[in-house]
Amino acid sequence: MSDPRSVLRRRAALLPPVLLLCALPFYLDAFWLRIGLFSMAAAVGAVGLGLLSGTAGQLSLGHAFFLAVGAYGYVWLAGEPGPGLPPAVAAVLAVLLAGAAGGLFSPVAGRVKGIYLGVATLALVFLGHHVLLTADSVTGGFNGRSVPPLEVGGFAFADSGPELTVLGVPFGAEERLWYLGLALFALTWFTARGLLRGRPGRALAALSDSETAASVMGVHVARYRSAAFVVSSMYAGLAGVLLALSFRRVVPDYFSLALSVDYLAMIVIGGLGSVAGASAGAVFVTALPLLMTRYADQLPLVATPGSGGGAIGPTEASRYLYGAAIVVILLRAPDGLHGLARRAGARLRRRRRATGPPGTGAAPIPAAGTDPTDPTDPAARAKEHTP
Amino acid sequence: MSGFLDNLLNGLAVGSVYALIALGFVTIFKASGVLNFAHGSLLLLGGYLVAVLHDDLGFAGALAVAVLVTAAVAGLLDRLVLQRTGGSDPHAAHVQTIVTIGVDIVLVTDLARRIGGDLLPLGDPWGDAVTDLGPVTVADSRVAAILVSAAAIGGAFALFRFTSWGLSLRAAAEDAEAAALMGVRLNRVRTAAWCLAGGLAALAAVFLVAFPAPGLERTTGQIALKAFPAAILGGMASPVGALVGSMLIGLTEAFVAGYQSDLHVLGEGFGDVAPYAVMVLVLLVRPAGLFAAKGTARV
Repeated sequence: MSDPRSVLRRRAALLPPVLLLCALPFYLDAFWLRIGLFSMAAAVGAVGLGLLSGTAGQLSLGHAFFLAVGAYGYVWLAGEPGPGLPPAVAAVLAVLLAGAAGGLFSPVAGRVKGIYLGVATLALVFLGHHVLLTADSVTGGFNGRSVPPLEVGGFAFADSGPELTVLGVPFGAEERLWYLGLALFALTWFTARGLLRGRPGRALAALSDSETAASVMGVHVARYRSAAFVVSSMYAGLAGVLLALSFRRVVPDYFSLALSVDYLAMIVIGGLGSVAGASAGAVFVTALPLLMTRYADQLPLVATPGSGGGAIGPTEASRYLYGAAIVVILLRAPDGLHGLARRAGARLRRRRRATGPPGTGAAPIPAAGTDPTDPTDPAARAKEHTP
Repeated sequence: MSGFLDNLLNGLAVGSVYALIALGFVTIFKASGVLNFAHGSLLLLGGYLVAVLHDDLGFAGALAVAVLVTAAVAGLLDRLVLQRTGGSDPHAAHVQTIVTIGVDIVLVTDLARRIGGDLLPLGDPWGDAVTDLGPVTVADSRVAAILVSAAAIGGAFALFRFTSWGLSLRAAAEDAEAAALMGVRLNRVRTAAWCLAGGLAALAAVFLVAFPAPGLERTTGQIALKAFPAAILGGMASPVGALVGSMLIGLTEAFVAGYQSDLHVLGEGFGDVAPYAVMVLVLLVRPAGLFAAKGTARV
């Protein structure tokens, strides 16, 4: 792919952010940790949607439904009205359940293409919401259900259980869940990148560019579309489990169409077809309303929540901002935050090369590793397929 | 028996309102290839304008202003935002579809903030009056909905069929490149299509919130989403299909709501989500919709 030195350099570049993320619970209080936790859960879901909408070019507005299947699946499987399975088993089964739900929809998802699927998946959100409200015995109806804490081998990801203090910092629910979220996010990151860079990713990118060309090259169109849908719903299920654990209570109204639109906003703002972009978009869309609520009294033009009278509250302000962000990004920079970062990086490298001593970097520009259109980058690769 | 006729009339009335929305949706799709997810917010805008203006201008004046303003907003949205997005990208229509979602977020947030938790009356002349038609009693607003929708839809079809704009639209939908070579100004044709759709949406808003609905509320735009299944059922690019789809959706909704006591297995309020169930069932059998021609891929 590229020379081993640049791979090593890229791996090493991952190390500082990972260390930073691991160290954060020792310095931040519960409010910030909760923001991080929600962001990580959202990132897991957004990466899943990115696989489907960004790479395979299948618009889905049904993501909220699969998040709900994951969340409610976990709560029911591990909870009191329900089989009461060990929570860890319930979590795994909930993810599989979300995948199965995606599989059941695959006769539609495999054959309806592109933006049409967006409208078809609207049905999932509304029908799902209806089921959540009416199937009282499983979902608890309008008031929802409380979420049993996750326990693995006697270690609870909650405030209960034996007290835990690491390096003088008491580890409550937020700190414990932070590491769980981090582990699941890492799992998502590496599996999704593996999928995107391997055979499935190339097949999906080819499919979204030209269905005819892809099928002539031997890509089984319906099978790959359904598979992308199933994998994406499994990521959504995982995100749903993580969200349920962080909220500690699940209610039907959270899993509305607005949530699906939020996830779509995440991947568009982050840049379609990129795992890092989806994660960045998830942090942006999730953290923005929470931060604005917290600092509402210090922000100009934003009223504190509950002041009423048609004033712009923090939730509204953040929705204006990211609604506008979608429009502006697609107008000015269609590859989103990820593309902006990549171009800024390339410019920086060019400048360094220009000012650096002659002969060290200026001469062999066409070397594989220094190509500005990074061959490992899915967005750039997608362009190669374009006729 | 009278229950059946009641449901039938209700279904036709609701279906004809959905038809106004779905027809706009299909017109936009034919002209620009964009699925307009901002259609619900345009409708909410139209309804909001009528609600705010009817005290000063009277109902008819307010409706006229609302239709014109909403049409203008839709046209400007297309001219100033959508036509500048996507560029020469072969997937430009997809990108523009996602842009409409962004526009929808902004518009709905703003209108919902202005409407707040209120129910705004539109001041329509029908009020809660009813008429006896033989064995059935029907709300005047329902009759008005059917008549006005029929007139508006007839007008729109006449536009498609008999005007040069309609001819350009059909030519552009058939083959945009060939139409452009024949001197069709694609940009103008598509902006006009957006204006027409916006006007129809504003008109639909009035009947969507008229009696027996309680009034305009912040979630009215979401009710309009039910016209999406109608358009999809008809196959997206077919105005006739949109009409049939709308009637199907309207009748389904009315009958499920009417016979709810016999259908309690499905849970309370299933009528509201029944259109989506119908859509999924139809898509299972015919993924391209009921009226779509079998697509051929040209290489």
